[in-house]
Amino acid sequence: MTRKLLTGNGAAAWGARLAQTDYIPAFPITPQTEIIEDLSIWIDNGDMPARMVTMESEHSMITAAGGAASSGVRVFTATSSQGLLHGMEMVYTVAGWRVPFVMVNVSRGLSSPITLESDHNDIMAARDSGFLQIHCSTCQEITDSVLMAYRLAEHKDVRVPAIVNLDGFYLSFTREPVELPDTEKAAAFVGEFDPENLQFKGSAPLSQAMAVLGGGPYSYFRYEAHLAVERALSVYDEIADEFADTFGRRYDIIDNYKMDDAEYVFVMVGSFATKAHDAVDSLRQAGWKVGLARLRIFRPFPQEKIRQLLKGRRAVAVIDQNISMGMGGVLHSEFATALYGIKDAPAVLASFIGGLGGRDISQQEFFEMINEIKQACDKGVSPAPRLLYTQNELTEIRNLQAIAHAEHAEIQQKKD
Amino acid sequence: MFRIRFHGRGGQGMKTASRILGTAFFMQDYEVQDAPRYGAERRGAPIFAYVRADKTAVNERGIISHPDLVVVSDDTLVGMPAAGVMQGIDQHTVLLINSHENADTWQHRLNTQATIIILPAKEEVEDRAELPYIGSQCAAAAAALSNVISKDTFTRALTEELEHLGNEIIKQNLKVALTAFDAISSHAGIIKESTRPSATDYLKPEWIDLPFENAEISAPAIHSGATSVEVRTGLWRTMRPVINYEKCSGCWWICSTYCPDGAINVRDDNLPDIDYDHCKGCLVCVAQCPPHAIESIPEHLAKEQELSGVTS
Repeated sequence: MTRKLLTGNGAAAWGARLAQTDYIPAFPITPQTEIIEDLSIWIDNGDMPARMVTMESEHSMITAAGGAASSGVRVFTATSSQGLLHGMEMVYTVAGWRVPFVMVNVSRGLSSPITLESDHNDIMAARDSGFLQIHCSTCQEITDSVLMAYRLAEHKDVRVPAIVNLDGFYLSFTREPVELPDTEKAAAFVGEFDPENLQFKGSAPLSQAMAVLGGGPYSYFRYEAHLAVERALSVYDEIADEFADTFGRRYDIIDNYKMDDAEYVFVMVGSFATKAHDAVDSLRQAGWKVGLARLRIFRPFPQEKIRQLLKGRRAVAVIDQNISMGMGGVLHSEFATALYGIKDAPAVLASFIGGLGGRDISQQEFFEMINEIKQACDKGVSPAPRLLYTQNELTEIRNLQAIAHAEHAEIQQKKD
Repeated sequence: MFRIRFHGRGGQGMKTASRILGTAFFMQDYEVQDAPRYGAERRGAPIFAYVRADKTAVNERGIISHPDLVVVSDDTLVGMPAAGVMQGIDQHTVLLINSHENADTWQHRLNTQATIIILPAKEEVEDRAELPYIGSQCAAAAAALSNVISKDTFTRALTEELEHLGNEIIKQNLKVALTAFDAISSHAGIIKESTRPSATDYLKPEWIDLPFENAEISAPAIHSGATSVEVRTGLWRTMRPVINYEKCSGCWWICSTYCPDGAINVRDDNLPDIDYDHCKGCLVCVAQCPPHAIESIPEHLAKEQELSGVTS
């Protein structure tokens, strides 16, 4: 087995290539562009027998992806941040069509203010759309997840599109060793796309833009989509087993690290989990029973697995790399929902918001989060939600504000 | 774990340097992570890239805040705060500078406890953004300092990373890179791999509770004009346009109009004046001036002259 160094973007492109993708509607956006660059070079060189069309926007791109999937071909596309938001109308629409394809999202914080760096508010905005969501923490996982995502999305019990998410910069531009699955084995694992009755062509008309009035029919279609997304949980377990048998790498719905006897638990998604992995090791050396539960499948949300995993633990630190204005961390509230009312639920479920706009989380901060939840346990009260933010960072913003508000301050002075 | 940062200017090949070194470590059975940090993404502007290498999986991510080795391809960046060369450097860090000056001079100038090693600069070039093969030399020097990468492995790594450029370019790069490898070999093994922070004894983060502030203060708005003046884009310049006022016809408008950055002002006497704090050195003015009254000179020479008190 040979491994090679690939960026997260490169790993995503390899996933699309190994999945024998037929059609790629594309639109570039930082930090995703390298994915479509790689694919276009392969297509140009004849290494990949696919068709790529660059569209005029993400709105058209996602429409084209859904439209092409309806005609029975295997579709891949990729976007990020504002691009995902620009296409959001069609994200919901094509998910409602119940057409399977895979879209990679390279996570990047949303405007305003504008940033290029990563956080998860973009992907969280697609949370309720009907797309499945797989969140990656390494470059290896990206290639592997794209392959698994096709199996999951195309499964006849599921048949909805899937998003594979990777963090901008921390994965997108970072090279790590990746063992590329063998081309034939990958093709055999993903298999031929069986589009069932999705065979739109001239002689086989298909309308996916129908209107339903009165609410009854609408409720039926929406709830069926919900049930299909939920069904992806049990289907995923089978696919993960087969993937592990074929390629020797196992990816569970929740990636657990040192959870067996853990009293204190980090809960999170994404690439910062590898940092938490290191922190768990250091904290264990210091005598703390700490574990890490990284959620890989975020939609469907594995409520029952979470309950089984977390009951009886002393305290949980949920790290959200996103913020729902007026509520706080999205993961935190979803975990609270999952754990509400169950016997032996952890006494402390603390919310930490960190890593917004690519802001790093240091090892010391991981240590301190565990220290805080332990103290909270001893006192028996959950701590207030905390933004990971230091005095130095506030000083930095004060310096910038002094420049940004200079003229305004002068005008005010004159008025007074 | 080895934690190595490369600093240079856009065009000098720092991303390539990090990839060559990353591949070399990888071929030497290390687990590796390498990444560039994109910033201004412009020729001449400061850029950095980094490499982590360890015998076990690399779980750290993001910018290296406490490097074991910092390699600088262009010594004009060392003293430039915006380039961040000195960030996180302490007594355990090795600082390798491509320079004509010696280590003592730099030690004195920087007043740092870091160990300074000089990569002897090759013959000077006019435009430092075009320093030939400097990325390969920096990668080679870092490889030699690590003491775990053989010359043979380095050669294979460079060849793999530059494959798309063809054999002739690979040959040229190898020639200078291997010379750098040898020149630095006497310091082999000087890098001290740093350990992970310990959870038993750590500095607590200075977390604060962010106070509520009205939109008047907390909205992301800039109320003062011309704040871009604060960004000294002149630091990106590797070639400097200089006006010869004896030849300048005083047309006043051609150079100042063509300047894409508005960095040429017109004085009261109708003569143009270049704002070197913001001129990026694109040299459009040199090409446009009808009487050819604007010349370009290497920025590093201009800087040296300024330092020694000679005005140009």
